[in-house]
Amino acid sequence: MVGISMYGGYVPSYRLNRMTVFAAMGWLNPASMMIAAGEKAVANFDEDTITMAVAAGNSCLENKSREKIEGLYLATTTAPFKERQNANIVADALCLKDDIRTADFTGSLKSGTSALLSAIEKVGFQQEGDVLVSAADCRLGKMGSVQEMFFGDAAASFLISNEDVAVEFKGSFSAAYDFVDHLRGANSNYDRQWEERWMRDEGYERFIPEAIDGICRKYGVTIGDFSKIIYPCYYKGARKGITKKLGLEPEKVQDDLQEDLGDSGSAHPLIMLAKYLEEAKPGDKILLIGYGNGFDALYMEVNENIEKLNQRSKVSAYLSRRKELDKYTKYLVWRGIAPAEVGMRGEEDRLTRWSLVWRNREAINGMQGVKCEECGTQQYPPQRVCVNPDCGAIDKFTPVYLARKGGKIFSYTSDMLASSINPPAIYGNIEINGGGRMLMDFTDCTLDDLEVGKSVNFTYRIKFYDDKRDTTFYYWKAVPESEEVS
Amino acid sequence: MAGGIKDKVAILGMGCTKFNEHWEKNSSDLILEAFQECLADAGINKGDIEAAWVGNHLDEVNIGKGGYYVSGVLHLPMIGVTRVDNFCASGTEAFRNACYAVASGAYDVALSVGIEKLKDTGYGGLPDSPVFGQFVSLIGPNGTAPGYFAQLATAYAAKYGISMDKIKDAITHISWKSHQNGAMNPRAHLRKPVSKEQIKGSPYVAYPLGLFDCCGVSDGASMAIITTPEIAARLKPDQDIIKVKSLQISVSSGEEAMYDNWDGAGVVTTQVASRKAYEEAEIDNPREQIDLMEVHDCFSITEMVTMEDLHISPPGKAPDDILEGFYDLDGQVPCQVDGGLKCFGHPIGASGLRMIYEVYNQLLGRWSEERLVKDAEIGLTHNLGGIPNQNVCSVAIFGK
Repeated sequence: MVGISMYGGYVPSYRLNRMTVFAAMGWLNPASMMIAAGEKAVANFDEDTITMAVAAGNSCLENKSREKIEGLYLATTTAPFKERQNANIVADALCLKDDIRTADFTGSLKSGTSALLSAIEKVGFQQEGDVLVSAADCRLGKMGSVQEMFFGDAAASFLISNEDVAVEFKGSFSAAYDFVDHLRGANSNYDRQWEERWMRDEGYERFIPEAIDGICRKYGVTIGDFSKIIYPCYYKGARKGITKKLGLEPEKVQDDLQEDLGDSGSAHPLIMLAKYLEEAKPGDKILLIGYGNGFDALYMEVNENIEKLNQRSKVSAYLSRRKELDKYTKYLVWRGIAPAEVGMRGEEDRLTRWSLVWRNREAINGMQGVKCEECGTQQYPPQRVCVNPDCGAIDKFTPVYLARKGGKIFSYTSDMLASSINPPAIYGNIEINGGGRMLMDFTDCTLDDLEVGKSVNFTYRIKFYDDKRDTTFYYWKAVPESEEVS
Repeated sequence: MAGGIKDKVAILGMGCTKFNEHWEKNSSDLILEAFQECLADAGINKGDIEAAWVGNHLDEVNIGKGGYYVSGVLHLPMIGVTRVDNFCASGTEAFRNACYAVASGAYDVALSVGIEKLKDTGYGGLPDSPVFGQFVSLIGPNGTAPGYFAQLATAYAAKYGISMDKIKDAITHISWKSHQNGAMNPRAHLRKPVSKEQIKGSPYVAYPLGLFDCCGVSDGASMAIITTPEIAARLKPDQDIIKVKSLQISVSSGEEAMYDNWDGAGVVTTQVASRKAYEEAEIDNPREQIDLMEVHDCFSITEMVTMEDLHISPPGKAPDDILEGFYDLDGQVPCQVDGGLKCFGHPIGASGLRMIYEVYNQLLGRWSEERLVKDAEIGLTHNLGGIPNQNVCSVAIFGK
């Protein structure tokens, strides 16, 4: 039996109220008032697809062994690298083994469900080893566009396994159509879409029923057998139309989180599923549809293991942790939509020396430190001579991964001089749990959140972006614990 | 048993430019200006100099690497010239090398040069560069000098249970004092007295440091000619000879940054270097015996903790001493008589030698009445480089 053994989600802490967007851009597109309800989740200035996929992965793997994971599939249409396996960056940050299969699923919003299916097929075929699927998107619409209103940033993650399965895979039905309702060229940052009526009437309202019908016919079930139908569609009217057309009971259609976080692209059907699994009961039959240039429909059934899972509130916890992003202009600057003057200090050359990064990959990716075999002192970054002045042993160390250990604030500051697109830069000395200290950037907090002795967790974030060479470098930052979902 | 440096070398002459935003001057102009003063003070000829060391930190900005720039500017006669760098303590490092060169007997006369020209970067503060190496620049915070030093305040407040308000009062007094002293010094960069209200109300740079808690970023050069006490006495029979009583340096071992035995409320290397310096100079009660000090007040909070690290204020009591005026010009141990880094300015590589320049001239009683520390016999300089977690500290003591 193959299926989902655990799920996780991630929603960045900032929310942009759609009325804030309308207040800034309504002059250009007055009709956008019609869709200005609720709020969208916005990645922090140091978050992107990779960091959100890592956060969702960690949320999923919290109490799970990573030793058994033999594959990591990343699904996204907003990968930071066209060439450099994005999934590998996620796998390294999640401290997965080296001998795994990785792949980036991209090019369509159904890439999330395609990755899920590929993972299910891999595990099903090999009958051993788990595969982690992480889907994340951070899509942009032009200023004043409907996409800017609709799109939100989020990630979801599923562990596909043939052991401890809580959601059994029953079957799937896919179709591929070069049906273009929206697209983004290889060199474009912004989504462009065809007429709304076309997207709605000829798109969603035709293909979603086709997907449902396909599953029913292929597996001899009826639509009434399903406890939940999960599909993304940010047009409210179209959702209503589909419900009516299929004679669905409205409560059987999973809420698409449009008011809470917006449409998260490749991740969206997956985060909707994760949200549903928080309250799913054994015996629930689920129909999950990924939609984009065709569709993937997955037929699944929840079993009694769902009740054994710890901390099932994977998405809701993040949804309730929210901070208002009160300025639309901050959103523009963080996403690089509008250029901001960050001063000449920010023009320092940030060339990444890849050979150096490769030599130190363990220390960077998983914050691998070392523990002295002679005196037990934990230290970071890895040393060859023990830092304990009473020890000094050479090369007698055991590696220890610190990224998930967290620590305590030892000292801190908030710096207006440091160049940042989100000043002030907040950083300090951290006492790592288990021993050792380090200077670290803080994120997702303000000066008022900090106090000596307060606990912090580490979160994988963008350390810097080299705009000269279009290269993002990632590393860990500290987040005060009360700000973090526990 | 090694005998140390005490009384083995003497300062024959010194020079120091005004520290300033020298938009009109090149590094070469500053070097020549300090050199002319230094050479005249020493009363020797250029050809008498047998070797030179140059302290300079941010070489990329102006003078480049190696020793050639200084040799090429002064057209030194093909002697050995070496550039040394130890962060903001580079000036004292150049001095230390020249002292050892003479003490060893290898040379009779050696020159030490401190030079830095920072105001060609196009922005305020220090130039951003990976000073701790490429790996650290990948994983270290997006930080600046004020941010690293500011953290002394949060850790100090937590350690001693002292309120941030009281710390702010103490560091405000420090900057106020430096402005008072700097205003009287024609060579200081910042020469305007400011009120405590102005200091306290200035916009914050790195919590809890405001603009007035940060030293000036300046251009400048300073210099010393070192010789043996015997040669100095022969060349200057009518003048006191200022001798080096101790010269100690301590560099972080990585414990502060990585181990768990540092309290974060002070600078360990200062504690170590000063203890050794007192021992070498045979000073057993620095609070009573030191007549004046020039310390590395890159930020007001640095000066505050340094008063304890130099074993002058008892632990947790520096704010009290400071607020009681113990370190004021008319206090028991005047500190930053020339305005300090805060107001005299801080061209990195030149600062250590500038501190020595002030102590040397004070001990010789050369300054005007209003800013002279009367009957000073023992002066101390404290030159710090790096950040509180990982740094280098030089402590030097001078006397007759």
